[in-house]
Amino acid sequence: MTESKITITNFNLFYGNIHALKDINLKIYPNEIFAIIGPANSGKSSLLRAINRLAELDGAVFNGVILIDGVNNKNIPVNELRKRVGLIFATPIVLPGSIYKNIVYGPKMHNKYTRKELDEIVYFSLNSAGLWDEVKDRLWDSATCLSGGQQQRLCIARTIALKPEVIMMDEPCSGLDPISTAKIEKTMLSLKERFTFILVTNNTKQAARISTRTAFFLNGELIEVGTTEQLFTAPKDKRTNDYIIGRFG
Amino acid sequence: MTIRIGPRTSQIIAYICLLLCTTLVVMILIFIIAFVLKNGLSAVTWEFLTQPTKEMGREGGILPSIIGTLLVTVVAIIIATPLGVGSALYLTEYTKGGWVRRVVSFGADCLAGIPSIIFGLFGFIFFVITLKLGWSIISGGLTLAVMILPTIIRTSEEAIKAVPRAYREISYSLGVGKIDTIIKIVLPTAFPGIATGIILGIGRAFSETAAVIFTAGSSLNMPTSIFSSTRTLAVHFYILAREGISMPKAYGTAAVLVISILLINFIAYRLMHRFIARYY
Repeated sequence: MTESKITITNFNLFYGNIHALKDINLKIYPNEIFAIIGPANSGKSSLLRAINRLAELDGAVFNGVILIDGVNNKNIPVNELRKRVGLIFATPIVLPGSIYKNIVYGPKMHNKYTRKELDEIVYFSLNSAGLWDEVKDRLWDSATCLSGGQQQRLCIARTIALKPEVIMMDEPCSGLDPISTAKIEKTMLSLKERFTFILVTNNTKQAARISTRTAFFLNGELIEVGTTEQLFTAPKDKRTNDYIIGRFG
Repeated sequence: MTIRIGPRTSQIIAYICLLLCTTLVVMILIFIIAFVLKNGLSAVTWEFLTQPTKEMGREGGILPSIIGTLLVTVVAIIIATPLGVGSALYLTEYTKGGWVRRVVSFGADCLAGIPSIIFGLFGFIFFVITLKLGWSIISGGLTLAVMILPTIIRTSEEAIKAVPRAYREISYSLGVGKIDTIIKIVLPTAFPGIATGIILGIGRAFSETAAVIFTAGSSLNMPTSIFSSTRTLAVHFYILAREGISMPKAYGTAAVLVISILLINFIAYRLMHRFIARYY
C-alpha cells in the first residue's frame, strides 16, 4: 500500500490516573475517509486531540509516537502542526464577528495576504464547504445568524482556509438534523481527493455511508480496524459485532 | 393554624416585593440627583464653568478644578488599566488557578475594602514624600491608580474567565499561538466586561476626595503640568462646604460633579455598545 499519512505507534495517553488510550497502533493513508467509531469514553476524541497536540492543554501525559508524513508530531512546531492537521469540533462554534472574519482569522495569523488574496481564500473555502451559494450575499453579517448546519460548514470552511493536509472531525453532525448531516457528508465526499479525513462519529450508519476504512475503539483500546465493508459485514471481533448491531453503546 | 398561601398569591407577593425594591433604589438615586441639582443648578453658569477661582472659591468659577479633576483621573486610568488588565490576563491565562491566583485575588479584594483615606496617607508618604513628587497631579493620579486597581483586576478577571474555553480551543486548533489568541479573541470578547471595570474606576477616581486631598493638594491655580498641585472638584466641594466659604458655590460644584459622572457613564456605555455592535 501507499505511504501512510499518519502513523501511530504504541501510543498511550493518560489524564492523571485515567488511562485513556491503550497501546494504539494505527496507520491512516492519504485521501481516505477514516472513521473511528465506539461508545462514549472510548478515547476517540482523545486520539484526535493527541494528533494535533491539543491534549497537552488538558494536562494529558502520553508516550509512544505519532508520525505525520514520517515526522514525529512533537518535532513539528505546534502552530504549523495544527495548521496542517485541522480539527472540527462537535459543537459548531463560530467566533464573534462576520462570516468573512471567521474564515480569514486563521490565514491572517499565519501569513500576510492582500485583500484580493483574502477574498479568494474566502470564496475557495466557502465553496469547498458547500456554503458559498447560501452566504455569498451576507459575508459581512454576523456568523451567529447562520443555522446550526451552516455554522458547522462554516467551521469546516474555516479549517479549509488554512489549506490543511488532514481534517479531523469530532462527531461533526451530533447536533445536526438529517438534511444538514447529508450536506456535510456530501462536502466530505467531494473533498476526499484533496484532504485526508479522520471522522470520529457516534453514528455507525454515517461511518458505513462515507468512510473507506473504519476503526472500532472501546475503553481506550483499538479493538478492530479494517475496510468499512469488512468491518460492518464481517467483523472479526465479537465486541465490534455487538456494537454495530446496537447491543451496547 | 397556618395560613395557606396559594401558588398564584405567592407569585404576586414576590413580584410586588421585587418591584418595591427596584422602585426604592430608583427613587433614592433620583432623590439624590434632584437634591443636588435643585440646590446647585442655579450656581452653574457659563462663567462658573470657564472662570478661574477667586477669593478661595467665594467668587469666580471652577475651571482649574475641572481641569485638575480630569487630569488626575486620566493619569489614574492610564496607569491602572494596563497594569490591571495585564495582571488579570496573567492570572487567568497563565496560572492554573493555583495559589498565586488565590493570593492575588484575595489581596485585590482586601485592597478594594481599604478606606480611601488610607490610600491618601500611603500616597502622601510614598509618592509625595519618598518619591519627592510633591503635591501634584501625578501623585494624586498614582494614588488613585493604586486605589482603583483592585476593581479593574477583579472585573477584568471575571470578564476574561467568561470567554468560552471553546473560543481558545478553536483558535489553537487553527494553529494560532497563545498570545495571538489572547489579543485577537480573548481580549475583544472580554472587552465589554473590562470596560465596565474601567468605567467604575473612572467614577471612583473622578469623585474621590480623601485619597487626593493629601496627594494632589488643594491649589486653586490653573495646573500647568502634571507636576502642578491641583484641587479636584470633590475636594473643592469639601473645602467650600466644610469651611463655610460659600454654600451656593459648593452645591454648584456638586452639581457639576454629579452631571459629569452621569455624562461620563453615558458616553462610555454608548461607546461600548457601538463597539459591541461593530464587533459581534
